[in-house]
Amino acid sequence: MIDSRDRQLLEHIQLGLPVCSRPYLEIGRLCDMPETEVIERLTRLKQQGLIKRMGVIVKHRQLGYRANAMIVWNVPDNLVKQLGGHISRFSFVTLCYQRPRQPEWPYNLYCMIHGKDKATVLNQLEQIVEACGLSSFDKEILFSSRCFKQRGALYQNTALADG
Amino acid sequence: MLSPLHKQLLNDYQQNFPISATPYQDIADALGVTEADVLSAFSELNDNNFISRIGPVIPPNHIGVSALVAISVPESQLQAVADKISAYPEVNHNYEREHRFNLWFVVIASDAEHLSAVIDSIEQETSYKAMLLPMLDDFFIDLGFKLDLNND
Repeated sequence: MIDSRDRQLLEHIQLGLPVCSRPYLEIGRLCDMPETEVIERLTRLKQQGLIKRMGVIVKHRQLGYRANAMIVWNVPDNLVKQLGGHISRFSFVTLCYQRPRQPEWPYNLYCMIHGKDKATVLNQLEQIVEACGLSSFDKEILFSSRCFKQRGALYQNTALADG
Repeated sequence: MLSPLHKQLLNDYQQNFPISATPYQDIADALGVTEADVLSAFSELNDNNFISRIGPVIPPNHIGVSALVAISVPESQLQAVADKISAYPEVNHNYEREHRFNLWFVVIASDAEHLSAVIDSIEQETSYKAMLLPMLDDFFIDLGFKLDLNND
């Protein structure tokens, strides 16, 4: 599905597309690939869903979305998929994952909401709880405070070498 | 601060950014402005730190493996422990959250072995136990984020 040339291309382009007339030509120069091949490979990777989306990656905090909550629920395993599918349809939800429970952590369903302030986020959460019938399940709301490091998913050279 | 063009670029090009020889010209044509307008608007968004980059979003665990990790650290040591963890190139997001588990970060590695080596090393270096929460299923269809920029 992803070959070594794809990996090499993704490694370069994930650092950001240059802002110039022929950005894919520039990316191609970095990985010794003609512009047409860059375009063909990216088009295919997107069609295959190996690129989930191609575009502007915004900085929520700088654009006034300062409240970020991770909400975790403990729901029956057989309902996770259905509930996850439902939750992820809300436009203000920015992630929705199933993760394994741990001894000190009974939660298996995660979603993330970015909002302008805490009150808005809590209000949006209330909409989700009501619409998805989540009120009877245990949950916790974890607002972020300090950001120590933020970078988009960045796959290191080493990660791309043989993974 | 944000011009109508900035707002259009922020909201309309989070997905389906053109994959063509001249993507900025294509955007300019669609919006009825010049390529130079689009290039300078994107440069301004970059310079003002409103965008992280223009690029692909790759679904988790298609290239390499990743895990969300949580640690419970006494407040007095949080900054120091966070700095140690942020220093790992395999760590990308690293946030404080308001909870007993107050430090949350994501580790990306080439394979499961590499991932567990990084976790072991972090546990040894910080002397705190890491709670490992790898993704099992991804329900999110990433269509970008609808920004309400009307009040800016």
